Amino acid sequence: MTTYDALTTWALIAAIAVPTFLIRFSFIGLLGRVGGVPDWAERALAFVPAAVLAALVVPDIVTIRATVAATIAQEKVVAGLVAAGVAYYTEDVLATIAVGMGVFWAIRFGLPLVT
Amino acid sequence: MERDALARGLRDALPILVGIVPFGLVAGVAASRAGFTFPQAMGLSVFVFAGASQLAALSLVEGHAAFVAVVATAVAINLRMAMYSASLAPYFEGYAARWRALLAYPLTDQAFALSVATYRESDVDRRWYYLAVAFALWAVWQVTTAAGVLLGAGVPSSWGLGFAVPLVFLALLVPAIEGVPHAAAAVVGAAIAVYGADWPFNAGLLVGALAGIVAGLVVAGWRR
Repeated sequence: MTTYDALTTWALIAAIAVPTFLIRFSFIGLLGRVGGVPDWAERALAFVPAAVLAALVVPDIVTIRATVAATIAQEKVVAGLVAAGVAYYTEDVLATIAVGMGVFWAIRFGLPLVT
Repeated sequence: MERDALARGLRDALPILVGIVPFGLVAGVAASRAGFTFPQAMGLSVFVFAGASQLAALSLVEGHAAFVAVVATAVAINLRMAMYSASLAPYFEGYAARWRALLAYPLTDQAFALSVATYRESDVDRRWYYLAVAFALWAVWQVTTAAGVLLGAGVPSSWGLGFAVPLVFLALLVPAIEGVPHAAAAVVGAAIAVYGADWPFNAGLLVGALAGIVAGLVVAGWRR
């Protein structure tokens, strides 16, 4: 467990901000001194969004329960599956949030379908 | 010429600006839920200015993750911008170093995508077009983050507004799965992250992400 006091929070912001700027400045700053991103790095970087976002988002939605049915029958899992469908068909952030939160609230405050 | 480029940049950015409003609001709500003060929340938005990494960092802070894990995750998410920097570099080659630093700072997925598409098809003033697009996005991001912080502080926690954060990531994740190798990267990354959700220092997330990248490369290699 970690808690973040004011100083740690500002240090955290700086520790993310500085490398982020350096990444942005990298090739724009170096001009033609380097030949662009190496081939192997470009291939690996292409998978970063899918791998990192999936590793980030799925544990926030899914908690493993004793059975498959019990794992699926959680309010966040149901809402997340519906929202993923909306994201697939609309590719729209606002629609995904709206439908996902709508299903989540419907289950939490209205329909006692799942635990 | 410069004024035309500015006007055209703003016009082209407009539909995207509408799209980032909910994202910015969620980033503000997430900051207030993670215990950030108003200045800290705005500091994150101004100095980092990269939505997905901000949300990732905030959700890990809320979950009491280790400092190193938060930084590593947020920076890993921003690594993709090296590719954007590489593809914009030839267009910005003629400008002085301080101009290039100013151009690098507000670089985002959207500013990159719009600028490169426009540079390829027309002879617009590159610097002013890019600055119009990038700083229009920047301004909307700051205003909506601020609104989100103020809004988030007033909403009871039983509403579970924090669930909007994984929903935003879901909206970004789904279009990122462009084929079988990307799907393999996502499935392996997610499976290890769920299995390792209780590992110390958020190792489940970092190991899952790395294994996902390797899985994507391996599957892409098979299919070639």
